[in-house]
Amino acid sequence: MRSNVTEYDLIAPATLPAALAALAENPGRYTPIAGGTELMVALSAGRLAQRQLLSLHKLRELRFIDVLPDSITIGAGTTFTDLRKHPVIASDFALLARAGSWLGSIANQNRATIGGNIVNASPAADSPPALLVYEAQVTLVSNRGARTIPYDQFHLSYKKTVLEPGELLFSISLPRRFGAYRSYIRKVGTRNAQAISKIALAGLALISEGKIADIRLGAASLREVPTRCIATEQALLNQTLSPESLPALIASARAALANEVRPIDDIRSTARYRAAVAANLLEEFLRGL
Amino acid sequence: MTSITLTINGERRTVNVPPMKRLLDVLREDLHLTGAKEGCGEGECGSCSVLISRDGGPAELTNSCLVPVLQAEGAQITTIEGLAPADAAKLHPIQQCFLEHGGAQCGICTPGMVLATHHLLAKYPHPTLPQIQEGLAGNLCRCTGYMRIFEAVEAAAGASKAGKPGP
Repeated sequence: MRSNVTEYDLIAPATLPAALAALAENPGRYTPIAGGTELMVALSAGRLAQRQLLSLHKLRELRFIDVLPDSITIGAGTTFTDLRKHPVIASDFALLARAGSWLGSIANQNRATIGGNIVNASPAADSPPALLVYEAQVTLVSNRGARTIPYDQFHLSYKKTVLEPGELLFSISLPRRFGAYRSYIRKVGTRNAQAISKIALAGLALISEGKIADIRLGAASLREVPTRCIATEQALLNQTLSPESLPALIASARAALANEVRPIDDIRSTARYRAAVAANLLEEFLRGL
Repeated sequence: MTSITLTINGERRTVNVPPMKRLLDVLREDLHLTGAKEGCGEGECGSCSVLISRDGGPAELTNSCLVPVLQAEGAQITTIEGLAPADAAKLHPIQQCFLEHGGAQCGICTPGMVLATHHLLAKYPHPTLPQIQEGLAGNLCRCTGYMRIFEAVEAAAGASKAGKPGP
């Protein structure tokens, strides 16, 4: 049933300090809303529990992409359209641009922000697998100050993050050091356009002298949070990559992944399907190296 | 209730509405602009599409069902009612192409399809078929099977090529 909008309140502070002050004055009172592509769906469906919201939509301080020689920093209010059209995202972080391209439709990409995609904390979200393999750091800000942590420490458990009351995600930084890596990303959903993923896998691998010198794997919908697949990475690290070694390598990687992931049955898929397809995606990545 | 001023189809309008009211509902109920339709109410079908720009920036295709009206304060919004120039008796070239190529049947998706096409052609004046498909992927149609819509978009791109660009 449709929500009664008169029961909801929305404020829109004009600046980031004003937004942080409003959040600090009333701890836990306001739920931030940026592009609205998640929370407004809940409103339309009559299941938006949060009654007091604080709009981040017009905060210019959150919408930027800063490029340095060694890193790129993306403001949390950057839309997926902004990301897709940025030349350094396209050249250095192609997996992120690809993930952005399958996040809903063009209209959704015009509104949805990378910060919202992270903070909403869905295990199926589109950008986290790419952010995990690119070694993202996230900067969190409140009116007490800022802190920066590795993104792989941001999600604590299902829909729970390290964000404290009054704290906002400010930016995401990625080191520009993966130019020599081979990359892979694939999302499997019910259909190509507009469907939430059943499972997604991103991978980066550095091949040196016939060996896997470094490998990073990031997955959606394989655990209760977006996750690196560390044990699988360890099983592959320093292994020889050759036509003769490939079958055994694939077998051990598939076994490591099956042992490591904890997919679930839900409305979009089953645990069995997710585990099987995840192993197939990993094999596809390895065969392409 | 909050007093919110926005520019709709070139005209400044002020409404007194709850700030979380959906832009779609403000357009239809408060401003009586019923061109934007509600299909799914969750940003998947595109029948509520409008174009929104801010501070003279580019017009961005937006699902108006996902916009709390307070976020549209001060924005310039184009709905299907405002696409053709107000003083013109003619349709916008994109609308004319949809008409001539059978790109409109029941009409529920059509305003969104036309606005999505406008947004697409602003980005890619001569789009490839994959670009057309991506540009319209967020607009669902239950009548046409899409082929006639793609033909209409290609014709509209050709029309602007022939010197009849849209506004």
